[in-house]
Amino acid sequence: MSDVTRADICTIACAEAWRGDGEVMASPFGSVPALGARLAKSTFAPDLVLTDGEAALVHGIPTLATKSAELVRESYVPYKTIFAIVWSGRRHIMMMASQVDQFGNQNIAAIGDHAKPKAQLVGVRGAPGNSVNHATSYWVPDHNPRSFVASVDVVCGVGNDRAAAAGPGASRFHDLRRVVSNLGVFDFATPDGSMRIASVHPGVSLDEVAAATSFALAGIDTDVPVTREPTETEAGLLNLLDPKGLREREVSA
Amino acid sequence: MADKQTTVSAMADEITSGMTLGIGGWGSRRKPMALVRELLHRDVTDLTLVSYGGPDVGLLVDAGKVAKVICGFVTLDSIALDPLWRAARQAGTVELTEVDEGLFYLGLQAAAWRVPFLPARAGLGSAVQSETPAFKTVANPYVDGPFADPEDAGAELFAMPALRLDVAAIHVNVADTAGSAMVLGPDAHFDDLFLGAATRRFVTAEQVVPAGTLADHGPLERAMIHRLLTDKVAETPGGAHFTANPPDAQRDEAFQKHYAASAKDPETWAAFKERFLAGDEAAYQSAVETWRSEQ
Repeated sequence: MSDVTRADICTIACAEAWRGDGEVMASPFGSVPALGARLAKSTFAPDLVLTDGEAALVHGIPTLATKSAELVRESYVPYKTIFAIVWSGRRHIMMMASQVDQFGNQNIAAIGDHAKPKAQLVGVRGAPGNSVNHATSYWVPDHNPRSFVASVDVVCGVGNDRAAAAGPGASRFHDLRRVVSNLGVFDFATPDGSMRIASVHPGVSLDEVAAATSFALAGIDTDVPVTREPTETEAGLLNLLDPKGLREREVSA
Repeated sequence: MADKQTTVSAMADEITSGMTLGIGGWGSRRKPMALVRELLHRDVTDLTLVSYGGPDVGLLVDAGKVAKVICGFVTLDSIALDPLWRAARQAGTVELTEVDEGLFYLGLQAAAWRVPFLPARAGLGSAVQSETPAFKTVANPYVDGPFADPEDAGAELFAMPALRLDVAAIHVNVADTAGSAMVLGPDAHFDDLFLGAATRRFVTAEQVVPAGTLADHGPLERAMIHRLLTDKVAETPGGAHFTANPPDAQRDEAFQKHYAASAKDPETWAAFKERFLAGDEAAYQSAVETWRSEQ
């Protein structure tokens, strides 16, 4: 399958995040996670629940090109009711991260000093609450030493170290799953909850991953698996669900 | 039955320096922009804004009306970040108390219910806590007895304080003269809670109709703003422009783009203000109309 792109691999890796989740709200941010969630729902995670991004849950599986007016809405969930879902835990979000650190703390709020940032970003949004209430994964389309940092400037999504330090109020439902980047897949299956390389994308060297990461990745010196490629069925679905190739625009290969 | 009709200008008269102002809507959706634009002309300063922030926050901060903002974001939805907000933050000219979107909801709810705080897991371990030391935690009191959950026995929870507002303003599709109001778009967001959290409660509307006739304009379930929540209503057609206010108006994406592009540069921003924001609301609406005809 020589025509498989890095964006295809990333999409599969994002889709895999939702495997085994059952009937939960899948909340993907970014085109690649959005496509991944749709692919997962089309194949191995049929019970996932998607939203219209406004105030409804959608029926069936829209493509990335489906217009809002064409969506079939199955129930009404205005913004206020989203928090009942968030705080119930029946959700697995994949947020983006401008910075992510060794213990999975995530920053989307600001670069530099919070009082007078060098770069203002989108803000903490719902990340603090999401990360301590339900399954949380991250998508980082540009893996480099400034995005995979030793310590994030502003903690929005809470990592394993800080959740543990805050006690059961924070750690009871804290469930950090995986980080997908354009170079590999990372999880936290280590004794101290630090980040581990779970797989490296085809064509990427471990040296490249290490050089793009500002902290020591667990498992980088072991026999690291290669991220799987889409099956033939999945490859067909990727084109069907993303007819305009939005995924290609989001990934730096 | 009291007639609650007034004007946007009279509402602005009641907003004075140092007040805490809650603004309804969400991002670039259903913002009471006519009132925001009116405030740009007033000499009010040192406001604390409480908002699911959109261009309301960007404009008021840029105009020097604001000392402090309590929010979880300031977004234009189809444009990730309001450029005026970005500039003010990076210049360090505005104080920010950043809260999780859900905590924000709890803060309004606490104020509306007149309790000092509501507990949550959200916020724990995050910058919400570390950047604002004034936020406190509360120990779970149910350590034993019939209501105790052993899993949470030692839990400290985030105590989201009540976000008490001096004034709240929302924008709706239809209001009646007695102060009931109807949101016909897909989401009333947190507007009922903004009103519930405030001492003085203002509703601006595309249309104000006789008391008791809201059901002629849409399903009664959409009239979720009842008159116990409101003090004054004012008719101001196009008052949410350029934010989304369906079915009366979709977001004016072209104009929003023009706003965002203009706001990135001092010269183009000065020209934008001169053209659109120098006069009153009628002048604004007419300038937008002219701009649109040129596109």
